Amino acid sequence: MSRPVNHKSWLLVLPALFMVLLSAGLPLMAVVNYSVQDVFAGDQFFWAGTQWFEQILRDPDFQSALLRSLVFAALILIIEVPLGIFIALRMPPRGRLANFYIVLMCVPLLTPWVVVGLVWKLFINAESGLLGAGLNWFGITYNLDNPLVAWATIIVMDVWHWTSLVVLLCYAGLMAIPNAYYQAARIDGASAWSVFRHIQLPNLRRVLLIAILLRFMDSFMIYAEPFVVTRGGPGTDTTFLSVELVQTALLQFDLGRASAMGLIYFLIMLAVSWSLFTVMMRRDGEA
Amino acid sequence: MAVRQASTRRGTRRKSTWSWAPAIYVFLLMLPIYWMVNMSFKPGREILTRATLLPDTFTLSNYMVIFTDPSWYMAYLHASIYVVMNVAISITVALPAAYAFSRYRFIGDKHMFFWFLASRMMPPAVMLVPYVQVFSELQLIDTHIAVALAHCLFTVPIAVWILEGFISSVPRQMDEAARVDGYSLPRFFFKILIPQIAPGIGVTAFFCFMFSWIELLFANALTTITAKPIGPVMGRAGGLVGGINFGLLSAASVLTLIPGILMIYFVRKHIARGLSMGQVK
Repeated sequence: MSRPVNHKSWLLVLPALFMVLLSAGLPLMAVVNYSVQDVFAGDQFFWAGTQWFEQILRDPDFQSALLRSLVFAALILIIEVPLGIFIALRMPPRGRLANFYIVLMCVPLLTPWVVVGLVWKLFINAESGLLGAGLNWFGITYNLDNPLVAWATIIVMDVWHWTSLVVLLCYAGLMAIPNAYYQAARIDGASAWSVFRHIQLPNLRRVLLIAILLRFMDSFMIYAEPFVVTRGGPGTDTTFLSVELVQTALLQFDLGRASAMGLIYFLIMLAVSWSLFTVMMRRDGEA
Repeated sequence: MAVRQASTRRGTRRKSTWSWAPAIYVFLLMLPIYWMVNMSFKPGREILTRATLLPDTFTLSNYMVIFTDPSWYMAYLHASIYVVMNVAISITVALPAAYAFSRYRFIGDKHMFFWFLASRMMPPAVMLVPYVQVFSELQLIDTHIAVALAHCLFTVPIAVWILEGFISSVPRQMDEAARVDGYSLPRFFFKILIPQIAPGIGVTAFFCFMFSWIELLFANALTTITAKPIGPVMGRAGGLVGGINFGLLSAASVLTLIPGILMIYFVRKHIARGLSMGQVK
């Protein structure tokens, strides 16, 4: 069923567009403005051209932080998306038990960033934390100075915090599949795998698109977890892009450079998200 | 109703192995939360010395501090005020937009949703300085509305997406019937559309609530005293002399979870329905 063309409906979109422009457009313009200038003491501006951009792109610290952020975002997607789909597939269809699971799953989602850090600090504390002391009891010392442990901790924290979003979205997507599809599959004697591949997965496309985009954006810009738990260390092993950025923007208060960094991240995110978006929408056309 | 739902759903999936997977998943999710609740009932000294599954000495003193000190309990109130404002603004602007996306085609409609989402792609730390500037120009610094408006960055795109799904599940014949009956568009919205998608509005409110409630960077930067929310207050308490009082912080954290849990409790049945409709064709 195709929707009629009506350009007047733009008027209905205007309020939302206005809000987005106010909350994103205006600051973005200011950021572009800063990024080509050298700012002293917050109010003296000097034209800098593309100097910041050239400097940042050549900076080895930036390059390694970018690599770390990309690897981290990729790992997060590789873990959270399949895990989320798997849990959603195994959820009981409707009923009290499903509602009970849903309420509990939402608890991590509703935890403010500072609290997430605190929860995990308490949880992994070597003397008094359930995980830290538990591992101690087995003779393993929980040691954040080990880069692998530091990475694993941040990944587990993010999986704990956000996988439920993927579960919720996928669960909702599965609930929307008409029963007739499954009946047809049963008549054809389809295997569980082909039901998944040809019925469930295609119907999850819309929810997966939004889940993947949201998870990519937030994990690429992850800040609170590494800041609270590892402070970017050991060394610079968990210094992700945003950790570096916050140091430049808020601690050194180097507005021009920070804005240029922000714009570079924005463009990278835009490019990756756009590719994900078009790839997944193209599939939409085929199915 | 319940019986019919159960029977239409039965047999949609074969009896599966691994059906206990969600239970394990939820159990693991709850472990760190349980530990924090446990900590919040412990007296200060006990916390960092030993791991005990239940407090040795059970105390409510951490909670008493929060409920008797205005700088603590007012912080929850401030956060609640701007979150409610944000939810109201987000739904008000998102509803007409979602209706337009659901019912009509127009120039740019295919990609506009992506561009809405793109507004979230700027790292928040860079946005801070411009935000402070924009809102001080508007003389809105340290007001609840400033935080509510800033959080629209996260909530409006999601609100449009979720509401679009719900509105698409309302048959278009209903619009036409209303038009034949002489309903104006606003009257159609209030009398017919909104009652029809009430669960969807609840679900949208939940998601707006979530993204606004957990965000603290903007909330902190845009407020000084009269609208300071709970997160920064916790940060300040964390830096007090004589080390961090983890018991107090745990109690404060547990309290941050309660409004969200109430919220999810009210919309739990609609969540699954709410996100799924729309352009799944």
